[in-house]
Amino acid sequence: MKPRQQRMLAVGLAALGIAIAAGLTLRAFQDNMMFFVEVSDVVAGNYPSERNFRIGGLVVGGSIQREEGSLDIRFDVTDTACTIPVMYSGVLPDLFREGQGVVAHGRMGDDDVFQADKILAKHDEDYMAPEVAESLSKHQQDIVEAAAAGAAECRPNDS
Amino acid sequence: MNRYVWPLVAVGVLLIFLSIGLKDRDIRALPSPFIGKPAPQFELPTLKNPEVTIGSKNLAGDYAIVNVWATWCVQCRKEHGFLLDLAASKTIPIYGINWRDSRVEAIRWLDDLGDPYVASAYDADGRVGIDWGVYGAPETFLVDPEGTVIYKHLGPLDSYVWQREFASRMASGGARP
Amino acid sequence: MIPEIGQFALVLALSLAVCQAVLPLIGAHRGDVAMMNVGRSAAAGQFVFVAVAFGCLTWSFIANDFSVLYVANHSQLSLPTIYRVSAVWGAHEGSLLLWIFILSAWTIAVARFSSGLPAAFAARVIGVLGLLSIGFLLFALLTSNPFDRLFPAPGDGGDLNPLLQDPGLAIHPPLLYVGYVGFSVAFAFAIAAMISGDLDQRWAKWTRPWTTVAWMFLTLGIALGSWWAYYELGWGGWWFWDAVENASFMPWLIGTALIHSLAVTEKRGLFKSWTLLLAITAFSLSLLGTFLVRSGIIVSVHAFATDPERGRFILAFLAIVVIGALILYAWRAPSLDSDVGFAPLSRETFLLLNNVLLVVATTLVLIGTLSPLVVELATGGKISIGPPWFNVAFLVPMIPLVILLGMGMHTAWRTQASKPWLNTFKIPAIIAIILGVVIPLFVYGRISILLVVGCAAAAWIVASSLIPIIRSVRREKGTAGITRSALGMTIAHLGMGSFVLGATVVSAFGVESDRALQPGESIEVAGFEFHMKSLGNAQGPNFSAIEAEIEIRDNGEYVATVRPQKRQYLVQRNLMTEAGIHPGMDKDLFVALGDQLGDGAWSVRVQYKPLIRFIWLGALIMAFGGLIAVSDRRYRPGSKTSSTAPAEPAKAAEAPA
Repeated sequence: MKPRQQRMLAVGLAALGIAIAAGLTLRAFQDNMMFFVEVSDVVAGNYPSERNFRIGGLVVGGSIQREEGSLDIRFDVTDTACTIPVMYSGVLPDLFREGQGVVAHGRMGDDDVFQADKILAKHDEDYMAPEVAESLSKHQQDIVEAAAAGAAECRPNDS
Repeated sequence: MNRYVWPLVAVGVLLIFLSIGLKDRDIRALPSPFIGKPAPQFELPTLKNPEVTIGSKNLAGDYAIVNVWATWCVQCRKEHGFLLDLAASKTIPIYGINWRDSRVEAIRWLDDLGDPYVASAYDADGRVGIDWGVYGAPETFLVDPEGTVIYKHLGPLDSYVWQREFASRMASGGARP
Repeated sequence: MIPEIGQFALVLALSLAVCQAVLPLIGAHRGDVAMMNVGRSAAAGQFVFVAVAFGCLTWSFIANDFSVLYVANHSQLSLPTIYRVSAVWGAHEGSLLLWIFILSAWTIAVARFSSGLPAAFAARVIGVLGLLSIGFLLFALLTSNPFDRLFPAPGDGGDLNPLLQDPGLAIHPPLLYVGYVGFSVAFAFAIAAMISGDLDQRWAKWTRPWTTVAWMFLTLGIALGSWWAYYELGWGGWWFWDAVENASFMPWLIGTALIHSLAVTEKRGLFKSWTLLLAITAFSLSLLGTFLVRSGIIVSVHAFATDPERGRFILAFLAIVVIGALILYAWRAPSLDSDVGFAPLSRETFLLLNNVLLVVATTLVLIGTLSPLVVELATGGKISIGPPWFNVAFLVPMIPLVILLGMGMHTAWRTQASKPWLNTFKIPAIIAIILGVVIPLFVYGRISILLVVGCAAAAWIVASSLIPIIRSVRREKGTAGITRSALGMTIAHLGMGSFVLGATVVSAFGVESDRALQPGESIEVAGFEFHMKSLGNAQGPNFSAIEAEIEIRDNGEYVATVRPQKRQYLVQRNLMTEAGIHPGMDKDLFVALGDQLGDGAWSVRVQYKPLIRFIWLGALIMAFGGLIAVSDRRYRPGSKTSSTAPAEPAKAAEAPA
């Protein structure tokens, strides 16, 4: 084979290799993108049903329940408008506690309880996941208006 | 010539994205619906003496700090030392709102650790907190002499935040220089 | 008083940096020797004043001067003295001062060791470094002054984040910064060469040792960070593909490509535009990393407390530096021709593929790190890209790279005859395939494609790297013995093999288990028995803790006792997990306390980590290889071969890399 043809073959093979690799990578990308869903959206039913996603909010004070001697734990997470229960089994991060921000990975179970397979809380006092903070501040106005109107606090997100 | 310009183009695009992202990402500047508005009216029994009430009427006349705290809040303990120092320096009166807490525990907390507050209002069910737009503790509000909320800080107060956000606004009459 | 001296020293340093930047650059343009020489003295002066400023800040920490805002926020009376020193660089302002200090240290090193360089070139290098110093000094003085005062001074400080109160993490930033900042030297060399238009093999030879040393320190810094995360963060992971970690890894990947590309340019005068672009990119990625970490744009547990104003400054600085460099590149690169060719089977080809694969890897990491931001800006959706994607994506260029690694170093320059070449690989290939199957199956009892590939790759690298050493020891006919440069390369590649083996085995065979445990109880994980003998209280200088005493047995035979703790630090009152680790080259056994479950029981996380130490050992060996390579005779100042005469083309196939 002439050198020119050799080179073209090499380039062709390389291009094919890159295309395959790119395709695999993109697919892995799609599969591994983790969406963040606000608690209010979850309550309203707007969440990816067949895959894991993230939720975040504040751990509701007084909601942590633990079976004695077991790793199973149940607690409520709120974005101050709506609240959902979360179940998790395992060791919790150090800064996980009531009144603090938390992010959970997992999926919605059939019983409207969020089954978490990973819990993330802060490593540092000042760090609150921005999605959590934004979600919380977004609902400020809702709560104030709802409180003024005497309406129920949890209004699923209309948008 | 052309292929040597590609890096420039790619970098240019990246830089544009990053600068847009930067504008979007001012995490610390979460908008609060209350900034610039009169402080929400409230009247609550004080923590230590339920007979006495305290409320927005006490805030008027001079700059004041309203600090939302609770015994179940770890960060509140972190900022407590700073609040004590601030109170001792007599720079500004500090009013507390004890939020969704146990009265007995709260009083014991203050006895153990010291009380930086002129007085603390006891907000058992959190209604007043909702009015103030509170969604966590600790949160601290700066109220000006006319009773307008001019700043709200999320998280524990420390000397750095005090200097940058509170002291500077007090000095310039409410606006951040 | 002392903080004011420090601040004043910074201002003086800035004015000296201006002299250091402006005068030599003009002098080089005009051929004015006096102006060019100003560079060296200005650099020395700048170093003195920056050192003074750094000293003042350190003093303020040691003396517990809480009237300095930065000290008040990051130190505390009960903080042990050694951590008062490391607290200096524990947050944004101080670490920026550290960066400036290290930059001026690199600058005077260049000034000191540049006597073999032509005067104009050296002047330009020092001038460019001066421009960078100006940028950072302005950044500090205008937005991040560590000497701001605080009145009234508090009685006690806010304490250093307990996570940072650790020897490993104390020296992690200095090591890392020596690396990051060191790439600015390669950058300055590239800019100087582009300005003058003098881009020949000599330039590559001068740049190489500086780049290798910077790369060495970056390797150590990253490895230290990984090791620290493993034992301190309590959860047994050693790499999380966190944005800040990626910010340090990307310059490392490009730095590795740069070292290799410089070899080609020095030896054969080829790949000049590649090498230039890599030199620009390595330092630009360092700057980008700084931006990502300090601007608040990417959220990470590692990120410094931030301020968009600072972000804007760094972004502007990054833009000026990178765009300026790339304009020079676009101007000069087209004229970088070489009429020297190379055959398809040649060392040049392998190193070209090396460059390409490393750039692909870096691009993938960059995409993964920035896409959450891009997606959010474009669609408003909030996504995160985590380790699962990175682990897969990163392997795509890495697997071919690792295979090529074993082959490239035995390939001759310009053209290689295929038969003797293939012959070289018979034995390493056989060893690789055998070990690739034996290690997973017989040592750990399980097999899969990825495992075989990983173990085989590691064995392949090691076997292939040992060939030059074996030949040198045997003094085979026609070989000249092995030079330090080639020895360094071999050692570094061996380190890579160790790393690949450790990473493969621990990822595939590591076991992690969350369990409930009470005093007196035992659990079994990965064939070991973990028995909680007792649970009690313990006390430290600034913390109190619950400590568990856990005895580990293997088939009844005593292995070790570990004492994991749950600490509560007195001032910041946060909880920290101190893992109990039984280390070993063949495996780590790792126990961390979780939380109280009630009834006297605690949740514990137990991990079995086989060969995890090979990961950090690999990095250490790589860095050592770099050290050996740099100590090669031809880089020593004053030696014949370090003169400005052009290098001679390589002769034999065994010639040094």
